[in-house]
Amino acid sequence: MASGRLRGGFLFFFLPVALWLALLIVLPHLELLRLSFTDSLAGRFTVANYLAFFTEPIYWLTFVRTALYSLLVTFLVMTVALPVAFYVTKVVDVRLSGFLMVLLLVPFWVSELVRVYGWMILLRESGIVNQVLTGLGLLKEPVEFLYRDATMVMGLVYTSMLFMVVPLIGVMDDLDDALIEAAYDLGASKGAIWRTIVIPHCATGLVSGGIIVFMLVLGSYLTPNLMGGKNSLWFTEQIYNQIILYFNWNQGAAFGFLLLLLSSLIIWAVLKVTGQRLKEVVK
Amino acid sequence: MIRTLPASKGYRRSFDLFIALYFLLLFAPLVVTMVLAFNDSPFPSLPWEGFTLDWFFGKGPDKFGIFHDRTNLRSLAASFRVALAVTALSTFLGTCAAFLFEQEQFPFKGLLYFLMIAPLVIPGVILGISILMFANGLGLVIENLFGLYLPVLGPGYWLVVLGQSAFISTIVALVVLARLKKFDPSLEEAAYNLGATRVQVLRYITLPYLRPAIVGGAAMAFLLSFENFNTTVFLVSSQPTLPINMYMQVRDGSTPVINAISLLLILGASLFAVANLRGKRART
Amino acid sequence: MAIALSVQNLTKRFGSFTAVKGVSFDVDEGRFFSILGPSGCGKTTLLRMIAGFYRPDGGTILFNGRDMADIPPNRRPVNLVFQNLALFPMMNVYENVAFGLRRRGEKGAALDRKVREMLARVGLPQSGDKRIDQLSGGQRQRIAIARCLVLEPTVLLLDEPLGALDAKLREHMKIELKTLQAAVGTTFVYITHDQSEALVMSDAVAVMKDGRFEQVGTPQELYHHPNSAFVAQFVGTSNRLPVTFCWDGSGRPRARWGDIDLVLPEGFAAEEGSPWDLFVRPEAMIIDPDEGTDNVLSVTVRALLFDGGNSRLLVTVRDRPEELTVALPQTGQYDHVRRGDRIRVGWASAASRAFPGGEDRG
Repeated sequence: MASGRLRGGFLFFFLPVALWLALLIVLPHLELLRLSFTDSLAGRFTVANYLAFFTEPIYWLTFVRTALYSLLVTFLVMTVALPVAFYVTKVVDVRLSGFLMVLLLVPFWVSELVRVYGWMILLRESGIVNQVLTGLGLLKEPVEFLYRDATMVMGLVYTSMLFMVVPLIGVMDDLDDALIEAAYDLGASKGAIWRTIVIPHCATGLVSGGIIVFMLVLGSYLTPNLMGGKNSLWFTEQIYNQIILYFNWNQGAAFGFLLLLLSSLIIWAVLKVTGQRLKEVVK
Repeated sequence: MIRTLPASKGYRRSFDLFIALYFLLLFAPLVVTMVLAFNDSPFPSLPWEGFTLDWFFGKGPDKFGIFHDRTNLRSLAASFRVALAVTALSTFLGTCAAFLFEQEQFPFKGLLYFLMIAPLVIPGVILGISILMFANGLGLVIENLFGLYLPVLGPGYWLVVLGQSAFISTIVALVVLARLKKFDPSLEEAAYNLGATRVQVLRYITLPYLRPAIVGGAAMAFLLSFENFNTTVFLVSSQPTLPINMYMQVRDGSTPVINAISLLLILGASLFAVANLRGKRART
Repeated sequence: MAIALSVQNLTKRFGSFTAVKGVSFDVDEGRFFSILGPSGCGKTTLLRMIAGFYRPDGGTILFNGRDMADIPPNRRPVNLVFQNLALFPMMNVYENVAFGLRRRGEKGAALDRKVREMLARVGLPQSGDKRIDQLSGGQRQRIAIARCLVLEPTVLLLDEPLGALDAKLREHMKIELKTLQAAVGTTFVYITHDQSEALVMSDAVAVMKDGRFEQVGTPQELYHHPNSAFVAQFVGTSNRLPVTFCWDGSGRPRARWGDIDLVLPEGFAAEEGSPWDLFVRPEAMIIDPDEGTDNVLSVTVRALLFDGGNSRLLVTVRDRPEELTVALPQTGQYDHVRRGDRIRVGWASAASRAFPGGEDRG
């Protein structure tokens, strides 16, 4: 306003954004909340949809399972991404560093479905890995690697890895080499440097990467569905089933709202504990 | 430890090995998928039965290549149409949002900003179902009040476009916002000082400055829309987009035509990655 | 006095480029030793070899007589104050100072006592809880030094730590560093490209150029008796006159500067007609000199540069292109001098120095 901006300019920017946020974000989620408390037949207020969740062990067990596996995947992604980002920014020859970063990013743009499909070709009973291992005589009989929890976790780590590597490369690039040299000069071992310098410095990247990875894994459908067990043990599959297969939107809405609540709660808790704000995290 | 510090050979070797393994696992699925697109076998697996281009150009009867596969071609076209509309809409919304949050002051700005970035942490599945339910509810209300049936509000093309734009606009907004933050406001002030109007300032000063970010954001919007599954799956009707169509083929098993499509997608994504990088270099 | 640091014939190559070429020097215990040189002269490489971050391609480094060849940087009795200080922003001031002690496994009351003593010694006893970004530039400097000194190193290396400070604070820190060093008695090896820093603080200065030491000596020796044109030029300011050597009729050494005849110091000898550069310090140039002064010129004042005690005149001689700088003492005696005045300026031949010409120009 200081430079004499016109009011019309404000409305021109404000109206589309307000419409977008109201019609596509706020109202749909209010409708989700309303439907979740509505009886599917009579259309009256009810808590039955939530009650069903708590009384059917399959529902809440899947929910807990999904949450725990998502945390596990987030943790695994962090442990792998830290050394990778460190290597690319700090260890490898400077001339190679740029090239490796491009190489890291290429699969980032390839759709999740294609990447999961690649793993299916590799790991299924008639897949490449089995053919190579039996060919070498390391396996007598082909083994079905797919549809196991371990494979699913690996797949989730694989598909979400880059959302951790990218912010970590960003923060590690900002880490002044002199800090590591100074710590070394003052007598710190490798472990001590990681503990006292590198990880504290990367905290912001770990939090923002962690939140994005956790959210993506929690809400992912393709990877658990195609690589995990065939019996719908990821919570998004329960939502899909309620909405698409059973056409029970009210039950699906309750499930959706619970998942939203869980992801918001965990993100909120992480931000609270680390003292960061969502605004900074999503940058 | 780092380049400038002495390290033992063993440490360096094992670190190199770890990274080599990482890159191997990163690319193995992509490479295998692409190679098998040329395998002359009805199944996307080994043994190698010889080189063929049939999964691209085959006219049948036993091998239909992607360029003669009606269903896949139709879903490809559907994806293109969706992605174009999403790109246009979300580039417009995202750019408006960037200006709104960077240059304007208004009540509840913080709350609105929070709502704008919220789609980043809302699982896509939930975004999909809530928009489906809201559109359906709205359609019912309108039908009851005016006796009017609006097909736009049922699952289908427009709902997919709106649903994807709901979160893709946020990503465009963040890309444009990042560049707008670096914009030197004294340039606009100088233009006003020289007699330009608000529209002229936008047209000649601010938008040209933002162009690389807007183009980059638009390209990203196109790709994200093209590849989206989680939100789209709840909003499509009889005309599935490519990821939806592919998902069913992958789940139920298919010929290597899927590999051929994957190869094209991987090439497209690589081109995009390189262009994106070039753009970033040019910007800095 | 014991030798704290001895460097013998140290060499470092990067590919085909040799950054440090067979440098040797000794530093006595408790001294403030500076390595002065322009950027790219190899001084940082030399420092990083002493600290252990680079492995030398040849030569030895001894601390208190102990060879450091296979000792990694974190085991050497030497600590480095980094150019940008490299204070850890993720820790407070206290933890920065305690960092090295903790790495040695020290803890509890002994560690606490050492840290507090050190903070008091650098004059920041209350700052332990502060974050690094709450400190002023000068305070950061002191914490960076305290962080090293608390480990009681044999030698403290300092890599241009004053570079980032503004001019005023830099002047202040020069004196503070000098006093601090005198108080703690630790051997300091200080590298800088700023001759004033080196001259003010050091007991001894090595002037480095193209990977070699040009001259090592006290600041006074370097200033008054430079042994090369480079040192004469780099340490302090000098007027440089390109001259040719000749003998006059009575066998005294002379220099011809255009068509002007100049007297050279007694005992100077060279080949007739060879090119030389004559260096005269601005403060050796006297306005209205005594009659007995052997070099007297009639000059025109081109500009008057008032800078308090460092005021100077820029003058030219007839058609010579060189502009000479003449010190303008602020005693009131020369207040009448104005731009465009013609005045007499002279210097004693003994106060000038000549070096073979055609080298080190610029």
